[in-house]
Amino acid sequence: MSSRVDQLHEDPLLRAIFGKLHIESIPWHDPIIMGAGAGMVIAAVAVLGLTTYFKQWKYVWSNWLTSVDHKKIGVMYIILALIMLLRGFADALMMRAQQAMASAGGEGFLPPDHFDQIFTAHGVIMIFFVAMPFVVGLMNVVMPLQIGARDVAFPYLNSLSFWLTASGAILINVSLVIGEFAHTGWLAYAPLSGIEFSPGVGVDYYLWALQIAGLGTLLSGVNLITTIFKMRAPGMTLMRMPIFTWTTLAANMLIVAAFPILTVCLAMLSLDRYLGMHFFTNEAGGNAMLYVNLIWAWGHPEVYILVLPAFGVFSEVVATYSRKRLFGYDGMVYATMCIALLSFIVWLHHFFTMGAGANVNAFFGITTMIISIPTGVKVFNWLFTMYRGRIKLDLPMMWTLGFIITFVIGGATGVLMAVPGADFVLHNSVFLIAHFHNVIIGGVLFGCFAALNYWFPKAFGFKLHVGLGKVSFWCWLIGFYVAFMPLYALGLMGMTRRLSHMNDPVWQVYLIVAAFGALLILAGILANIAQIVWSVVKRDELRDETGDPWDGRTLEWATSSPPPFYNFAVTPAIGNHDSFWDAKQLGQAYVQPEKYEPIHMPRNTATGLLIGLVSVPFGFALVWHIWWLALLGFVAMIVIAAVHTFNEDRDYYVQPDEIKAIEDARFALLKTQKEA
Amino acid sequence: MHVPNEPTLHKAKDPHTELADHHAVDKLNHEHGHDHGASHGSVKSYLIGFALSVVLTGIPFALTMLKILPAATLIPAILILGVIQIVVHLHYFLHMDTSSSQIWNNAAFVFTVIIVGILIVGTIWVMFHLNHNMHPGMMPGGMG
Repeated sequence: MSSRVDQLHEDPLLRAIFGKLHIESIPWHDPIIMGAGAGMVIAAVAVLGLTTYFKQWKYVWSNWLTSVDHKKIGVMYIILALIMLLRGFADALMMRAQQAMASAGGEGFLPPDHFDQIFTAHGVIMIFFVAMPFVVGLMNVVMPLQIGARDVAFPYLNSLSFWLTASGAILINVSLVIGEFAHTGWLAYAPLSGIEFSPGVGVDYYLWALQIAGLGTLLSGVNLITTIFKMRAPGMTLMRMPIFTWTTLAANMLIVAAFPILTVCLAMLSLDRYLGMHFFTNEAGGNAMLYVNLIWAWGHPEVYILVLPAFGVFSEVVATYSRKRLFGYDGMVYATMCIALLSFIVWLHHFFTMGAGANVNAFFGITTMIISIPTGVKVFNWLFTMYRGRIKLDLPMMWTLGFIITFVIGGATGVLMAVPGADFVLHNSVFLIAHFHNVIIGGVLFGCFAALNYWFPKAFGFKLHVGLGKVSFWCWLIGFYVAFMPLYALGLMGMTRRLSHMNDPVWQVYLIVAAFGALLILAGILANIAQIVWSVVKRDELRDETGDPWDGRTLEWATSSPPPFYNFAVTPAIGNHDSFWDAKQLGQAYVQPEKYEPIHMPRNTATGLLIGLVSVPFGFALVWHIWWLALLGFVAMIVIAAVHTFNEDRDYYVQPDEIKAIEDARFALLKTQKEA
Repeated sequence: MHVPNEPTLHKAKDPHTELADHHAVDKLNHEHGHDHGASHGSVKSYLIGFALSVVLTGIPFALTMLKILPAATLIPAILILGVIQIVVHLHYFLHMDTSSSQIWNNAAFVFTVIIVGILIVGTIWVMFHLNHNMHPGMMPGGMG
């Protein structure tokens, strides 16, 4: 345990003011942490400084920070995800390096205490602050456009959701420098995460970062479900919605159903830690196994919350680049909803070895295997969509093909572990690590990159550079296999997860290969960054003025790129799925209407940003037991929210002449495009 | 910016404008548009709901504090009173009923009941098995 946790103020006044926070809470002696902390501070100061230097505060404030526009909020979610990807990946590199160095009895460069925090932070960051914001960001940018809506149902709530998520991410990053992060693994199993075995503030950072970000996710789920049910364009029945919208609906239903379980489970752990209760302790009637049961009752739906939208992305991409209607649309919808429901009855497969009897294990093993059936239906639908299609191997399609191959391998190893007998051998081994990286990288992350390349021109009006995109794709794909195939082998050889030091020299060569794979993935990430930077520099050459660079099929391609803030000047009427494709075939696309009606739009508000900002010191105060600050923060958040309810001036009408000016410019541009 | 005196909300030719506008946040101003969902109740119905909730909370407290019932009947009694209170909340505070305008609320409720049911029944089943295998002496009616 870290010595810095044990420092406490002697003086009761200082303790009242600073709680457990002490000048020694900052690990001044650790060069890795201080270097990383200095890097973060320098980056933050640089961003703030450049914004001030170029006098962009007004632009950033009114166009981004206080925006309630779903497209802007979605982009901010994705920026957050990409930044946190760098942090999470730095953790991954350190783990791979440590295991490669310390596998034949070597010392490595990380003490076990630090290694534990790194694998915990890696998991928490990658799931909660990379995959979640990326997926939620995509749903925000794309779904309202796909259903022909002007914004989400509750735009202010959307802004609040984003800023709460960002606050959680800030808290996690603060934990790097001030104090420590949890040593417990990404799900903080009790009783290890209880106060008896984790007396430091690491688990408290974990709890409050996830509670704050989780609230944002839950609110966003409510918002997007309402949007889908209430704001579809006329004629768009449920069975005419694009598949990405369907998977968004399924994922958000899972969010609304599953996240309260996480909230309650973490709240009970907090009561144990803060108020001496005994939900998950070893004595006084507590039961730590109940924690494992509850956290996975959330945790398994969570992986489908991540992967279902990715399935939606692949469905859109496959249909567009095969120039065919998606094969088996109905089957795809039913498969999605089947997976959504089944995802709630498989959670025990994460702890077959905890000691349940044969009946329980057999039941959950079988339900787990059953989930592979609707998933298989999806894979065959994608293959049959490609069959006899005119396939164009653009970047999103390459990511999709990489996904299909990789995900099927990951799915197969998953079904293998669904056999309880096999799981008793493989549980907690690096075989499991290889499996879930296989499906999360191969499924979720590849989906995110396919989506990034596919919808980037829609969001910004110019395409991403293809050459650098291909470099990134191949580095990621090959890097993934090089990094994780050795872990399958190591897992079968008996290597368990989360080892900071090992003594078997036979394992070392595999770990060195895996570390090399991680370096390949690093090259892929650097290529991603280069691709985005280079595309911004060369944006005039890559510009898309049609709004439809890929000859798309769904409604988001009908409007300009980037779309005007009101999305659609006149709401399109929907006669079928792939309605924009049909309209293009019939020559009904790109017809400018005679006149425009006023459009009703929400005004920007800083309320979400302010509540989010206040929630950072609120969470920080709870972590460090600074009760006056926690109370102050809580009251401040309530007051800000209450004041907002008295603000009556929240909406306005965009007048027809303003719409006409914007639309005339668009149609003039389209005309020059056709003539060129 | 000129704002029409009369919101175009309910007069829009384009049905979608109406849908989207109608549900844009905060658009649900109090003068217009409660054409969806249920009534928002009256002071009386809220007071009835509140009184019932207080009584339904008070009874289990009293039963526990005064030790009137043995533990074996006390726990089911508290559970039953809790479930009754859920129904009271749904009816008096969330205004759920069986009218056709409530179709989405009811669908969402059924979905919730299914998920909560899976979770509770599944958890009891799982934990019973674990207890059975791990702590044979601690089961109710066992040696402990």
